[in-house]
Amino acid sequence: MTLLDHVPSETQLRRSAYRRRQTVHSVLVAAFSTAALGTLLVIAVTGAPGWDRVRLSFLDPQIARDALPAVLSGLWLNIRLLVCCAIGALLLGLVIAVLRTLRGPVFFPVRALAAGYTYTFRGLPLIIVLYLLTLGVPGLRLQGMPPVLVLGGIALVLTYGGYLAEVFRAGIESVHSSQLAAARSLGLTYRQTMRHVVLPQAVRRVAPPLLNDVVALQKDVGLVSLAGPIDAVRAAQIATAQTFNYTPYIVAGVLFVLLAIPLIAVTDWVTLRAARRQSGG
Amino acid sequence: MPLLRCRGLRKEFGGHVVLDQLDLTVAEHQVVALIGASGSGKSTLLRCVNLLEEIDDGTIELDGEDISDPRVDPDRVRRRIGMVFQAYNLFPHLSVLDNITLAPRRVHRRGRAEAEAQARELLDRVGLGAKADAYPDRLSGGQQQRVAIVRALANSPRLMLLDEVTSALDPELVGEVLAMIRDLKADGMTMVLATHEMGFAREVADEVCFLDAGRVVESGPPEQVLGEPTQPRTRQFLRRIIEAGRL
Ligand SMILES: Nc1ncnc2c1ncn2[C@@H]1O[C@H](COP(=O)(O)OP(=O)(O)OP(=O)(O)O)[C@@H](O)[C@H]1O
Ligand SMILES: [Mg+2]
Repeated sequence: MTLLDHVPSETQLRRSAYRRRQTVHSVLVAAFSTAALGTLLVIAVTGAPGWDRVRLSFLDPQIARDALPAVLSGLWLNIRLLVCCAIGALLLGLVIAVLRTLRGPVFFPVRALAAGYTYTFRGLPLIIVLYLLTLGVPGLRLQGMPPVLVLGGIALVLTYGGYLAEVFRAGIESVHSSQLAAARSLGLTYRQTMRHVVLPQAVRRVAPPLLNDVVALQKDVGLVSLAGPIDAVRAAQIATAQTFNYTPYIVAGVLFVLLAIPLIAVTDWVTLRAARRQSGG
Repeated sequence: MPLLRCRGLRKEFGGHVVLDQLDLTVAEHQVVALIGASGSGKSTLLRCVNLLEEIDDGTIELDGEDISDPRVDPDRVRRRIGMVFQAYNLFPHLSVLDNITLAPRRVHRRGRAEAEAQARELLDRVGLGAKADAYPDRLSGGQQQRVAIVRALANSPRLMLLDEVTSALDPELVGEVLAMIRDLKADGMTMVLATHEMGFAREVADEVCFLDAGRVVESGPPEQVLGEPTQPRTRQFLRRIIEAGRL
């Protein structure tokens, strides 16, 4: 390789040195402006007339410590529900989206059902679906009724499945028809074409919006507490009612953000990579 | 018996007749070049033969079998026909090797090792062995088109349909693709190719068909159709081509 024994010219050395100086300069400016803004914010908030009262009722370290175990165990419920519901909703959304692409008169009822499903559950507020499933369905008093938590999970999967199906469908439709022609011309069947050519490209393209919906789902799984199960927010509410102090909410809020950070980071990374691919292709 | 015989083909798109009473016969090991102005129906004809479009009248026979019969399974027919498109249509999410082995593995149920060995051998033969693991967007246009041809060949087709495979390429890349088609002819492959490269049609084709308004207006050996055309339409078309400096 010539790369290794290449000696940079005088001009290139001067350019590199200049770029290094510029980098140091930018970092210093950023650090200074951040520090200035931070100081201003602290002075503004702590100097406010009601600060002492707010600090007592929202930021009490002792109460935070006491509430933590209950909020954490609630959060564990959120996490488990999130994982199960995200997988369930992604699978359901994918299946519905594929069913909607089926052609031919035989599949008319399937297409119609799938379309009816996405219209219904995208229009219906999640809270109503939750109440119908967790309060209405047990009222039927059927044998082998699953626990309320499972019913709540089903409500979440049904609602988010509707959104995700539309995202998947947009992805499927964005794959150009010439890709289908190429696959069919090789003798691949419709199913093989979907499985090996269309879906891999579609999913890659819509991965960012899909993950975005999963982040939204993470906040909505807590709504099952309306039917009884105690999630992190509900646990914080109970602790607040006992102490008349709002600190437990802050604890729950911080934990939620911490939980969301990795998910959001992954979303950003996937989005960035998709954008790069687009421009690089 | 000819390998391919089209009789009285008709194809309309929303009332607009694109193929009209079209006849075409291709014998085994024969290379037929389709020439004609843009919009004359060359691509449509190739797509109809590959059953990518449903014809509105006439019959298409492959190896004596009427493949335009609606009871025929189109997937089974397409396995015997290789098609290469103007825009390559490689699968962007698959490596070169996976593009080529997709059909042998999924359609012909070959093992991965066997399919990959065959793909690598085909790639080596066209000088692309080093690109087996690259993704299509890292290849030049000429390389992509050669991969597309290899992908079609991996199905061991009886008939190859090539739709203006060089018209999306920069002039200096056209040569490498044409060389590959020349080799295919030497191997005895039966081909129908739509082309705007009159020089190449003259060199490689056994028969040239001039299409105009969805009909074969004139056909015969290249020297005759390109050298001494009898039909006024053909003369007019060739004169325009010469004026554009493409002959
Ligand atoms: N899917 C379609 N729907 C409607 N019209 C179509 C369709 N495909 C082709 N056509 C029309 O059919 C006619 C013939 O098109 P075709 O692509 O076969 O021409 P061509 O000879 O291949 O032209 P070119 O040399 O530009 O590739 C054109 O008028 C075109 O607009
Ligand atoms: Mg064309």
